[in-house]
Amino acid sequence: MNEDLDMLEQSALNDYKYGFVTNIDTDTIPKGLNEGVITLISKKKNEPDWMLAWRLKAYAYWLKLEEPNWANIKHPPISYQDIIYYAAPKQKEQLSSLDEVDPELLKTFEKLGISLNEQKRLTGVAVDVVMDSVSIATSFKEQLSEIGVIFCSISEAIQKHPELVKKYLGSVVPMTDNYFAALNAAVFTDGSFCYIPKGVRCPMELSTYFRINAENSGQFERTLIIAEEGSYMSYLEGCTAPMRDENQLHAAVVELIAMEKAEIKYSTVQNWYPGDKEGNGGIYNFVTKRGICQGDYAKISWTQVETGSAITWKYPSVILKGDYSIGEFYSVAFTNHHQQADTGTKMIHLGKHTRSRIVAKGISAGQSQNSYRGLVRTAKGAINARNYSQCDSLLLGDKCGAHTFPYIEVKNKTAIIEHEATTSKIGEDQLFYCRQRGIDGEAAVALIVNGFAKEVMNQLPMEFAIEAQKLLAISMEGSVG
Amino acid sequence: MMNTAYFKDQFEGLADDSSADTIKELSKAAFESYNHSGLPSSKLEEWKYTNISSLFDKNYQFSKNNSEEELSYTSLKALNLPGQNEANVLYFIDGRFMPDLSKIRSSEKELVILPLEKAAAGPYQKIVKEHLGSSSKYLKDGLHALNTAFIQEAVFIYLPKGQQLEIPLYLHHVTHATKENILSQPRSLIYLAENSNLQLVETYTTLGSMDSFNNEVIEIVLEEHAFLAYYKLQNDGPNAAQVSSTHIHQIGKSYVQSLTISLNGGVIRNNLNLVLDAPGNETHLYGLSLLKGNSHVDHHTLVDNKQPNCFSNQLYKGIASDTATAIFSGRIIVQPDAQKTNAYQSSKNIILSDQATIDAKPQLEIFADDVKCSHGCTVGQLDEEAMFYLRARGIPLKSAESLLLQAFSSDVLTQIKLEPLRKHVEQLISAHLASS
Repeated sequence: MNEDLDMLEQSALNDYKYGFVTNIDTDTIPKGLNEGVITLISKKKNEPDWMLAWRLKAYAYWLKLEEPNWANIKHPPISYQDIIYYAAPKQKEQLSSLDEVDPELLKTFEKLGISLNEQKRLTGVAVDVVMDSVSIATSFKEQLSEIGVIFCSISEAIQKHPELVKKYLGSVVPMTDNYFAALNAAVFTDGSFCYIPKGVRCPMELSTYFRINAENSGQFERTLIIAEEGSYMSYLEGCTAPMRDENQLHAAVVELIAMEKAEIKYSTVQNWYPGDKEGNGGIYNFVTKRGICQGDYAKISWTQVETGSAITWKYPSVILKGDYSIGEFYSVAFTNHHQQADTGTKMIHLGKHTRSRIVAKGISAGQSQNSYRGLVRTAKGAINARNYSQCDSLLLGDKCGAHTFPYIEVKNKTAIIEHEATTSKIGEDQLFYCRQRGIDGEAAVALIVNGFAKEVMNQLPMEFAIEAQKLLAISMEGSVG
Repeated sequence: MMNTAYFKDQFEGLADDSSADTIKELSKAAFESYNHSGLPSSKLEEWKYTNISSLFDKNYQFSKNNSEEELSYTSLKALNLPGQNEANVLYFIDGRFMPDLSKIRSSEKELVILPLEKAAAGPYQKIVKEHLGSSSKYLKDGLHALNTAFIQEAVFIYLPKGQQLEIPLYLHHVTHATKENILSQPRSLIYLAENSNLQLVETYTTLGSMDSFNNEVIEIVLEEHAFLAYYKLQNDGPNAAQVSSTHIHQIGKSYVQSLTISLNGGVIRNNLNLVLDAPGNETHLYGLSLLKGNSHVDHHTLVDNKQPNCFSNQLYKGIASDTATAIFSGRIIVQPDAQKTNAYQSSKNIILSDQATIDAKPQLEIFADDVKCSHGCTVGQLDEEAMFYLRARGIPLKSAESLLLQAFSSDVLTQIKLEPLRKHVEQLISAHLASS
């Protein structure tokens, strides 16, 4: 019994190790949202006029929309006037190298386990760090620019590469796409921009780390990735936030464009603060992610490990426009306590001989609700379209829920679509097998869950996979009773 | 839409002599609910793939009370399915139950058939009060409310305790759309007492070339150890639209087998709800859509597991050619108390033309942990190798196709336990495949 209590206490402490606040001066603007605020954000970022016009157009459209309510989630109404739309760590003008970054900030990233200096040296992963609303530092920029890869914050891209931004921003997720995409288009403050030129295979993983630090602020980042003909890139994204009582909104938009024979691999480990055990606080993660296989033989692959956020609401999608293009979606969503997740994907088959594969694993514990929602659509012209979907749910505890809402729409006589879903709890016999061999209950469950999620974890780049596995273990602690 | 005003007129003009207060109250509330929600549009999630409101661009009439004059028992007999002449048959003309035309071969001790108003006023008052309208909790759309608002000349069917009815009971719906577009709204309440056994067959015929719309609601209640086999055969004309809602409530440990065969028709929507409200219920749902032309069939199932140890299995198969649309939308809910539930669902589809559409939406909503639930869905074509095997043996393309499609249908068809009905359906399918 004592042992159990100890374990519980331990797990309560372990619950969210990224929940610290960094005391850095931030430059914030007053709460609220109106045209003045948007103009102010645009001005602070020194944006050209066309960008401001674009933002205001999105805002005008957003005002006309109503918040969607079809997702299988419940939350009190969000007051959009109570959010600070711009918060930037105060720092010296224009950094020329990482050494000039506020030491307090560097400490934060060390705590997060992404010491920029170290990572730069050891892992060779190029990192762009976005804190609250603005991009802090991007490493490895020079090495990348030698081979023509542009990897910078989107604000910088607006300044330096307006022709690319103008051409592609909003081309995959138009501002009119949905409520949160319109909001994002109006107020987005930063994010990453990445351009891989023709025929280049990006030699290192590109990575962005997002962190919400300031109180009452929302984070609205926008990521735009363009892979030109024949190029390849792998992109990693991680997220954390401090523990706070109130809910914070995170409404991001990610757009991927893959030209002929290009390949983009996009991996996310999402670990926003999930709220406490009673369901207070936590991040509302309402994200629109979409990629388009613009050219023939293009490939886009989404991998996500979702363990954080009070509410997750996201559907990374692929539009398979080019012939022979491929879309993939691998997801592990873990929910505990009062977390809610409504996540899945959309595969839109337009081109001929397009293929897609969906593997979604949901694990629910505590009193959480975990939903898979997905759409597979084949258009009339999508000759020989092929899809395979598999959604499995694992239930840990008798108060949680696991739900599956797949939509399959076929308008083509050569399409082959398969969908399969199962829901069950961990088998008594599996647990017995482990216990009999001296593995305690908690470890046995972790082992089985890891096995359950392995198919997806295998898709993650190596160092990320280890992180994700640890994260899963931490999130799961105390969920077995 | 002209219909709204028309419905209002008709509702206000309803004769006030409907004897039972239960029914009166129910229909009043339902009409308010209809006024509130209107006809379901395709914007509603539950009606995403079937647009009913566009059918109401034209005007439908409720039938006048005189159409049975033109239909005698002999003329109805000509419409009978094989085996129907030896069975109990209830006729519904334009949605109104016709006791005089109907033929009950079982004795009153074995099978009680009453007009619903009489049952509500008489000895079955308690049952009617408790179960009539219980489907409204699950079907909240305006169309369902519209049926309840106009409960008139409905039927009450009761199987007394221990009655193992050997001959089946047919509900034959005839719509008389010779002069105008007809909206018919049949309504039945069927109660199977302990240890009783019923084989129920439903079929539909539209006469005349005008449009018909059949908005049907059946509520079935099963007590402990009751057994129900429920067959629905939809083989009507392209001018016949239908929304058929069947709500089965298993209040005792009982067994249900349901089988829906959809061959022809206009826009068809089948709502089939199973509420498993006692431990150990068992339910098997089968469906086959074999569609050509412009048919549109939407199978919409809901299995609500409320108690532990229940078992349900669903197998729905769809074949769509020409410009037909076959839809399967299944929903399994496992409530927190329904531990040890086993619920399976499978939807298999073959698409034969680029103008045809298959939509599927198999959903699981699970709130209990000790369960085994799965669903599977496939959309594909005829197996090329199987085709080659047959063609290599000199079987012409058409016959080979037809052979494979019959094989595809057979695991649903073999579940028809009524011999004459199964033979009839098999013949219909052969003819159907040969003509396409």
